[in-house]
Amino acid sequence: MSADVAADRPVHATGGDQTLTPAVPPAGGGVDGGVVSYIEPMGDVTAAREPRRPGGVELLAAAFVVAVLVETSLGGVLTARWLQTWMTIFLSVLTQAMPFLAFGVVLSSVIAVFVPAGFFARALPHHPAFAVPVAGVAGVLLPGCECASVPIAGALVRRGVTPAAAIAFLLSSPAVNPVVLAATAVAFQGNPRMVAARAVASLVTACGMGWLWLRIGRPGWIKLPARPELATTDRSVAFWAACRHDLTQAGGFLVAGAAAAATLNVAVPKHWLQTLGHNPVLGVLTLAVLAVVLSICSEADAFVAASLREFSLTARLAFLVVGPMVDLKLFAMQTGTFGRAFANRFAPATLVLGVVVSVVVGKALL
Amino acid sequence: MSRRTQAVLLLVVGAAVLRASTGELYLRYVKSGLRPLLIVGGIVLVITALMTLWHELTGRTADADGHGHPPGDGHGHGGTGSRAAWLLVVPLFGMLLITAPALGSYAATHDGTVTPVLTTVGTLPAGDPVRMRVVEYASRAAYGHSGTLAGRQVALTGFVATDPSGHPFLARMLLRCCAADAGPVKVGLTGQVPGGVKPDVWLEVTGRYSPTRVTDRINGGVIPYLDVTAWRVVAAPSRPYESPQ
Repeated sequence: MSADVAADRPVHATGGDQTLTPAVPPAGGGVDGGVVSYIEPMGDVTAAREPRRPGGVELLAAAFVVAVLVETSLGGVLTARWLQTWMTIFLSVLTQAMPFLAFGVVLSSVIAVFVPAGFFARALPHHPAFAVPVAGVAGVLLPGCECASVPIAGALVRRGVTPAAAIAFLLSSPAVNPVVLAATAVAFQGNPRMVAARAVASLVTACGMGWLWLRIGRPGWIKLPARPELATTDRSVAFWAACRHDLTQAGGFLVAGAAAAATLNVAVPKHWLQTLGHNPVLGVLTLAVLAVVLSICSEADAFVAASLREFSLTARLAFLVVGPMVDLKLFAMQTGTFGRAFANRFAPATLVLGVVVSVVVGKALL
Repeated sequence: MSRRTQAVLLLVVGAAVLRASTGELYLRYVKSGLRPLLIVGGIVLVITALMTLWHELTGRTADADGHGHPPGDGHGHGGTGSRAAWLLVVPLFGMLLITAPALGSYAATHDGTVTPVLTTVGTLPAGDPVRMRVVEYASRAAYGHSGTLAGRQVALTGFVATDPSGHPFLARMLLRCCAADAGPVKVGLTGQVPGGVKPDVWLEVTGRYSPTRVTDRINGGVIPYLDVTAWRVVAAPSRPYESPQ
C-alpha cells in the first residue's frame, strides 16, 4: 500500500513541484498540499481490512424504499408552505447550477488527463506576478458560471499552474465574461457605467487576491484531495474516473451550499433590506452579505441588483462584485476542491477585498 | 462511497434531470432557455455513470483508485470528499417527501414587488380585452405610462395572494434565471374584487386601468391597481413565471 502511494507521487507531483516552488517564495515547503494529500489515502488501509459492510448500492436501495413508505404514510405532513418554498428554491439552485457544473467538470477532466503537465507552465508568463493578470484576463474569455470555474481551477493547480494564477482565473471567470457583462448592460440600461465599474472592480479584486496569495499565501493551506485515479495509464479510464469523482464530490458540496442558500433565502425577512438600504455604509455591507447568502448565478445577479432600488449604486456594485466570487455554494465547493484550510481563509479575504475595491471603484466611476 | 454507488447515484440524478427537462417540470425551477443545457448536463451524468459501470464490470479500473481492493469489493471508504457525495441523495429523497411546486403566494407575500421600469413603451396590441402579461401591465401602470392603457380592457392571468389586511391581490413571479432570484409582481384589485378565492388559485381577471397606487410595505415598491370588471378561475399555466423581457 505504501509502495502504491509512493509510486503515485511522482506522477502527480512533478508537474506541481517544478512550477509551484518558484510561485510561492515564503513557506519553505516545495509542494505542499500535494504531498500531504497523497498520504491521506493511507487511512483507507484500515478501511480495507474491515469486515464486509453493506455496500452503498444496498444502502441506497433500502433508503429509497423507506422514503417511499414514509411518503405514503406521512403524506400530508410535509406540506408546510415555507417547507415547499424552501424545497423549490433548493432544487432551483441545484438545477440551475447542474449544467455549468457538468461543463466545468468535463473541462477540468480534460485538463487533468489530456493536457500535458508542463503545458500551462509554458503558456503562462514565467514570473508568477505576471501570470496572475494573464490568468485573470484568460478567465474573462471563458463564459461560465461560478460552479464551472471551481473544478477547472482545481485542475489547473493540479497541472502545475501557480495557485496565485489559478485564483485569479477562479475569481475573474464567472465575474467578468461577455455573457455576464451583456446581462449587466441590459439590467442597468440607465447606468451604462455600471458595466465598466463591474468589469474593473472584479478584475482588480481577482488579480488582487492572486497577488495577495503570492505575498502571504502558504502552499500548505491548499490541500487537493487525493486523485490516484489520474495516475492510471488508460486515459479513457482516467478521464471518466475524474468526471465521476468530480461530479459526485463537487455535486455533494453544491447540495450543501444550495441548502444553506435556500434556508437563508426563506428565513431572512425581506423588509429588513429597506431599513438598511438608506444608510450608505450599512447598504454596502448589507448587499455584500446578501450576495453571499443568496448565491445567485452570476448571469442573473445583475437583474436582481437592478431591482434593489433602495440601495446606492456603489452598494449594488459590491453585490455584483462579491456575488460571483464568494457565496455559500461556492464556499462549499471550494472546501471540497481545495480543502477547508484554504476556503476558510480565502472566502473572508475575498469578501473584504471585494467590498473595498467596489467602494473605491464605485466612488471613482459611478 | 464506492465507485459503483457513485455510478448508481449519478445515473439516478442524471435520469431525474433528463426527466424534468424533457417535460415541463423544470419550468418550476429555472427559465425555459436553460433546457438545452439541462439536457446536455443530464446526458453527461448518465454517460459518466454508464462508463464507470462499464469499466467496473470489465475490470478496467484505475487500480490506485480502489487502493488495492480486488474488483467488486466495492464498499464505502475514503475521506470527506467521498462522504460529501452522499449529499446527492438529499435532493432525490427531498423530491419524494416534499412536493416543490412553482413559487406562489407564500413567496409573493414574503417579498416586495419587483416591477421593473420599462425602457421602451409601445402601444398596446389589438384585442378587447387585450391579453397582457402581469409584468407588462404593472410596469405601464406603476411608472407613468398609463396613457397607453387609457380606454382599453385588459386581461391578466396570475395567482391570488392576500395582503396582511386580508385583501386579495393578483401576483405573478418574475424570474430571471432560477427561482432563487424570482420576485413577485403585484397588482392590487378594485371594483369586482374576487371574493372567496383561496391563495394560489389562478385567475384571469379582466378590467381597466385604475389610478390607485399603493406602496409595498416590504420594499417600498409601487403596486398599481386594476379596476376589475370580471374574473374567472383558470388552470395553472405550464409556464408559471414571467420573464422581464
